[in-house]
Amino acid sequence: MPELLTITINGREVQVKSGTLVSAALLTVGTPCRRSVTGQLRTALCGMGICFECRATVDGVAHRRTCQLLCHSGMVVETR
Amino acid sequence: MSPETSMDTDVLVVGAGPAGITAAAIAATHGRQVLLLDDNLAPGGQIWREATTSHADESDNVKRKTLLALRISGARVFSGWSVFDAPRQGTLRVLYENGSDTHTTDISYERLVLATGARERFLPFPGWTLPGVFGAGGLQALARGGFSVTGKRIVVAGSGPLLLPVAAHLRQMGARVTTVAEQASRGQLARFSAFLSRQPGKLLEGLQYRAATGGSTYRLGCWPLAVLGTERVEAVRLTDGQRTWDEPCDLLACGFHLVPNTELASLVGCALHDGFIEVDDVQQTSVTNVFAAGEPTGIAGLESALLTGTIAGLAAAGKLAEAKALLPRRQKLERFAARLKAAFALRPELLGLAQPDTIVCRCEDVTYAGLAPFNNWADAKRQTRCGMGPCQGRVCGPATEALFGWCNSSVRPPLVPVPLSAMGAGPIRPASNQ
Repeated sequence: MPELLTITINGREVQVKSGTLVSAALLTVGTPCRRSVTGQLRTALCGMGICFECRATVDGVAHRRTCQLLCHSGMVVETR
Repeated sequence: MSPETSMDTDVLVVGAGPAGITAAAIAATHGRQVLLLDDNLAPGGQIWREATTSHADESDNVKRKTLLALRISGARVFSGWSVFDAPRQGTLRVLYENGSDTHTTDISYERLVLATGARERFLPFPGWTLPGVFGAGGLQALARGGFSVTGKRIVVAGSGPLLLPVAAHLRQMGARVTTVAEQASRGQLARFSAFLSRQPGKLLEGLQYRAATGGSTYRLGCWPLAVLGTERVEAVRLTDGQRTWDEPCDLLACGFHLVPNTELASLVGCALHDGFIEVDDVQQTSVTNVFAAGEPTGIAGLESALLTGTIAGLAAAGKLAEAKALLPRRQKLERFAARLKAAFALRPELLGLAQPDTIVCRCEDVTYAGLAPFNNWADAKRQTRCGMGPCQGRVCGPATEALFGWCNSSVRPPLVPVPLSAMGAGPIRPASNQ
């Protein structure tokens, strides 16, 4: 069994299995990644680092591609 | 990997899918110093992407053998590195990002192998930007990465040989895949199956039967018209040209076959033909000592990726006679590629799906109506910012090519957005002459 770890998404603590992509964690809790330039909510599209729709702020660093990033314990994810 | 401002190697391979892994392993086995770069978390490419939350699937023999060959070859593998510039001939500039630790490094090479793979083609249609719409391979990758699809109603749509395996995989993960909608007509696919099998009818029936036993309907000549929903996907409107109906679903996985990743090839000056990197008999591009392998030289699947990777690896190691000996096998696979292309050619109806207010460029939210007045990619880009967002036209470029016939040939560094902090830590770049 993969171990569980805790991350924070928009201030809310969420438990995920180790090995979970940040984009997958966002989808599982139903939090869109970002708002587009005209304000539309968006979620990951390509899953392979090409489309940049899954950008979010991770551990204070803006515009991370969350489909290329694994969750780690204590990670802080913020979407807008 | 600790930051270094520069490195050098005999052979640099970009892209750790089947083609790149094979090329790297073979060149290293022939005594070359090899560095294999990849922007994903682990080698394997999209086809051998690991499930990150469960045990690795060891049932795939080809995958196991290929990865083992890489491990024992002595090639060094750098995962999580993206190439973003080619500052001078024989050097690539790469970005490594890990949390707040980002830096850039210059890598010099004697020979370069481009094995940059392919991506899904996305076509804009009403609602395709709604949360819950993914690429077909896209949803599969996200599910492998821990997005639970258990109990979700999913429609898989679009085109290409990936749709059925994606549907099967999603079902295995507990999803209810109600419909697989392939836009190619039965006639198109029958001709393709005639090439693959002596009993083409049986092949198609077999595929449909297997889909049905999994609880899905595999519809040929069926395509999406629109995604319905306000905040997220609620249903997809499908048509077979005669009948139109709404298929309720929680998620839509939709991709229209594949397009090659040729941005880096263009940046280093390789000539393209018909959208693919032009190569000679030993996979050398129009630039001396730059080779290409796998999907960027033709969409032809795993067998071709392994073969062209082998040829490129041999050629990069200077084993030209051995590389040339494999040409007849390559030519056979080229015939397969041509059939594949014809089988999944886009039907004209798909090019009329976007409505005036449908977004074409998702980075900059440029609509179809916003693009319609322009005659070419360069003008549209300048006037509307289409293709100028972070994806650099990787999504809307192939879409506008399909919709308007535009050729998106302008490739400029950086190929991926580079944080200023990383630029600051890395080598100073001389003023660009572009």
